[in-house]
Amino acid sequence: MPFRGVTLRPVLVRGTGLALLLAGLECPERLGAQSHQPVDGSWIDLHGATLTARRPAGAQAGEPESWKNGVLRSARKQFVIQQSQSEVTHVSPMARTAPVPAATDPAIIRNFCIIAHIDHGKSTLADRMLQSTGIVSHRDMKAQYLDRMDIERERGITIKSQAVRMPWEVDGTAYALNMIDTPGHVDFTYEVSRSLAACEGAVLLVDAAQGIEAQTLANLYLAMENDLTIIPVLNKIDLPAAQPEKYAAELAGLIGGDPEDVLRVSGKTGEGVEVLLDKIVRDLPAPVGDVNAPARAMIFDSVYDTYRGVVTYVRVVDGQLSPREKIQMMSTRTTHELLEIGVSSPEPTPSKGLGVGEVGYLITGVKDVRQSKVGDTVTTFNKPAQESLGGYEDPKPMVFSGLYPIDGSDYPVLRDALDKLLLNDAALTFEPETSVALGFGFRVGFLGLLHLEITRERLESEFNLDLISTAPNVVYEVMKEDRSMVTVTNPSEFPAGKIMEVHEPMVAGTILTPNEFVGAVMELCQSRRGQMRGMDYLSEDRVELRYWLPLAEIVFDFFDILKSKTRGYASLDWKADGEQVADLVKVDILLQGEQVDAFSAITHKDKAYSYGVMMTSKLRELIPRQQFEVPIQAAIGSRIIARESIRAIRKDVLAKCYGGDISRKRKLLEKQKEGKKRMKMVGRVEVPQEAFIAALSSDGSKDKAKK
Amino acid sequence: MPSALPLGDPAPADGLLPAGCIEGATERDFCVYVHIPFCAVRCGYCDFNTYTAHELGSGSSQDTYAAAASSELAFGAGVLRASGLPDREVSTVFFGGGTPTLLPATDLASVLATIRATWGLREGAEVTTEANPDSVTPESLATLAQAGFTRVSFGMQSAVPHVLKTLDRTHRPERVGQAVRWAREAGLEVSVDLIYGTPGETLADWRTSVETALSYEPDHISAYALIIEDGTRLAAQIRRGEVPDIDDDDHADKYLLAEELLTAAGFGWYEVSNWSRSEATRCRHNLAYWKGADWWGAGPGAHSHVGGLRWWNVKHPAAYQQRVDAGISPAAGRETPDEQARLLERTMLLTRIIDGLPTSALPASGRQAVAGLISAGLVEGPAAVQGTVVPTLRGRLLADTIVRRLLDF
Repeated sequence: MPFRGVTLRPVLVRGTGLALLLAGLECPERLGAQSHQPVDGSWIDLHGATLTARRPAGAQAGEPESWKNGVLRSARKQFVIQQSQSEVTHVSPMARTAPVPAATDPAIIRNFCIIAHIDHGKSTLADRMLQSTGIVSHRDMKAQYLDRMDIERERGITIKSQAVRMPWEVDGTAYALNMIDTPGHVDFTYEVSRSLAACEGAVLLVDAAQGIEAQTLANLYLAMENDLTIIPVLNKIDLPAAQPEKYAAELAGLIGGDPEDVLRVSGKTGEGVEVLLDKIVRDLPAPVGDVNAPARAMIFDSVYDTYRGVVTYVRVVDGQLSPREKIQMMSTRTTHELLEIGVSSPEPTPSKGLGVGEVGYLITGVKDVRQSKVGDTVTTFNKPAQESLGGYEDPKPMVFSGLYPIDGSDYPVLRDALDKLLLNDAALTFEPETSVALGFGFRVGFLGLLHLEITRERLESEFNLDLISTAPNVVYEVMKEDRSMVTVTNPSEFPAGKIMEVHEPMVAGTILTPNEFVGAVMELCQSRRGQMRGMDYLSEDRVELRYWLPLAEIVFDFFDILKSKTRGYASLDWKADGEQVADLVKVDILLQGEQVDAFSAITHKDKAYSYGVMMTSKLRELIPRQQFEVPIQAAIGSRIIARESIRAIRKDVLAKCYGGDISRKRKLLEKQKEGKKRMKMVGRVEVPQEAFIAALSSDGSKDKAKK
Repeated sequence: MPSALPLGDPAPADGLLPAGCIEGATERDFCVYVHIPFCAVRCGYCDFNTYTAHELGSGSSQDTYAAAASSELAFGAGVLRASGLPDREVSTVFFGGGTPTLLPATDLASVLATIRATWGLREGAEVTTEANPDSVTPESLATLAQAGFTRVSFGMQSAVPHVLKTLDRTHRPERVGQAVRWAREAGLEVSVDLIYGTPGETLADWRTSVETALSYEPDHISAYALIIEDGTRLAAQIRRGEVPDIDDDDHADKYLLAEELLTAAGFGWYEVSNWSRSEATRCRHNLAYWKGADWWGAGPGAHSHVGGLRWWNVKHPAAYQQRVDAGISPAAGRETPDEQARLLERTMLLTRIIDGLPTSALPASGRQAVAGLISAGLVEGPAAVQGTVVPTLRGRLLADTIVRRLLDF
């Protein structure tokens, strides 16, 4: 049913709210109650969407002004309209009044991020905010708009952060909200910390059916360390299993305050999202900076784009950045021409610059993200700042693994592929490596296991490579007898001879678990050489356990075992936390006296034996019998700690030839001939490639994680 | 379940052979194999192309089978002639199965008569039939001898009841001695076939079987390692854990024991799985396969080889019968192995026999590899020095390794 007595002209229609305003609309009474109102399709097509305008408190039915406000507000925030002349436009009433970049008073800027666990609905909520503020239409909305890479979408994990500028009006004032998307995974803690440093506040988003998880807690700590104002929010309140009361109490207990103040939203239905946007404006402090000081902007993300080169995301702290200006990276003092500067809303939109408190992007034509490093400070060449913003760290790989192409001729392809990934991943490090068993490959450094898996998957899916990855290991510092230190990123670099000390990296691990599993978790941590640092009850039945653990003990299969011991309920977060001297040894595996480098491992002395036994017995099963007996030994230096042997083959002849069926017999041999191509020689021993793959992968976390 | 046929090229309906098959034909022996695809029961380990009356269905019959096989042989003689091959008398004939003696002796005799009438039998030709000890009588054996059969090969398999049971063999062990005696009385040479390595067979069981076989004083003994073929009942029983799996080491032990017992009894090996009392009693038909002779294989699923061309017949007796009745070739497919494949065939076949493989047949790398095989104890040194690769006792068990080393794969 059309609005009564109103004629809407297409030329005027930019947004429903605006259209209604210009039309001087008086709304029909029944629209005021939360109702559905399809509007006449000849002029405005609202696609049957829902108006959720509420009757303002105290307003009476029949008061036209009140209704109008309600409809306007709702319409401008939610709807897409289509002009009859088929031009598609976004509803963005704020566009008229939206604060213009480079000319925005810091007082009306709000910079925030969303802290959430994977699966707790951060991306869905972000999408809903984009819609509510009108900057993305229903139809343009790809699910999880902010997660760009396919692999991210597949896994539902945000790897790379981005920032979106959204207009929002409260009490008649238009504000600029910058939502900075943060990676949710612990491997990317450093990136998270830089994103947080770009914000004044954080939305702490927790699934109302699951409660807070360890990683969220870790990021919450980071946010509080950065003095961010926290807005606690429970998401997915539409779920039948939601327990908002319980988890509101938990959140209030954590950050202080009243459980009643914990917002309840549903990213899925949109319920509560606008209230949240209002609260962001009201509760978060505005950014503060010196407008007249030399420019200082912090890089919180850097992304490689095929068409534009590196896109750098910054938060301006002091001064102003303008187009065509020469900028300088403070850590390296390199200078670049500023080809484009702008904001994402959410598509990149060039602007006249960025001022104090603003968040946006820079394009300089640089092709490699390593020239525009996360955490670095950007200043101008002509009026450079003297002091950088601080907090910059070079990304430090924590976990190393050898990557080898299964087909040796793919080595150049792998090298090119790694080079390409490097453009977009400043944290990745690699160098060529040769393995007796696996041929030519690369030793690649990763931030963590997830980073390893994602990288490996990208190599396989985007570059069509078949890879073997060796068991991941951490970095050790080894002090030799002469007191010199050796950094070991690969077991083969472990020095021979007498060793004074071995230092291993440690992590501070936080595990949240239902209290019934506390015993099992403690047992697991102890078996992984963990030292307990503390234990707290978050609520009646949820416990936070804090352990100091060797990183090496958690990179392999710790998380899988933790999950299986707690029926999937426990969550883990860790961050690097120093090192310790430990009784570590290198275990070598020898086939007929020949060391097989791919199977060497650095383990704690107490675990060397079990590793040796596990590996030797596994290889005994995997390697076919040879002409001669093949001893398989595990050794620490020259001391043998475990041994198995593959007995010599004694018979391989097929007795019969089936009444003249020579073809069958020949084909059996021809098949063996094919199989021979996939054999690797270790000394005189023929080892099928499958044996390497099976021995290296069956204990890796990869396969398990995929299941 | 019978095993699958190889993959190959389609065979022409007229069965005609390409011209390349003619070359050197006069130098090669010509042999005939007749497949009898019938058994009273199917044994659990067997994947040969054979059918029980119950499995056979309609469209073919044991009663008319001899006639069908004879038709194919007559057709075959026509094909060879039309393909330009010279007429050659038959050197050896072998009736295998299945259980040939499930057919009346007169049927087997009539097929042999067809062969004689079609090609002619060479003076002193070897004519063998396989036989189940249960399905022969003094009379039937006499009939065979009279028809021109010279040799009978009994499927004894084992002398130990629990082993026979695992193999599903129905004959009573003591029946074999009697059958051997009848055959000798009929003037036939006798071979007994044994199987070793059956699940549950001990080394002592195997010794019993070999010693029992020797006590019958045959002219020839074959000893085959049991192979678990996919799709057989035994394979399923092993998969389900009802029967223990076979073991190559156990097979090797039993092979060595057989060699020891047979040698002590005056037998000598001449092929990996065959021992004979004298050079004269070796199975010449079997040797023809190893040495690359020509042969026509008649019957469902039978394989033939003429001058490098290999072909094989359709498997089911009904399909076979239909083709033969229609006067078209029963071949299902064929192939002409290329030079490399022929080298592989020749190497794998000749390194199994005591006459060995001439080193001149090998590529240079293979001739080099012989030295390593001698030092590894797989090949006889003195024979190699004289230009022939002959496996040692250890080499007989590792004949596949010898092939791989000679051809470098």
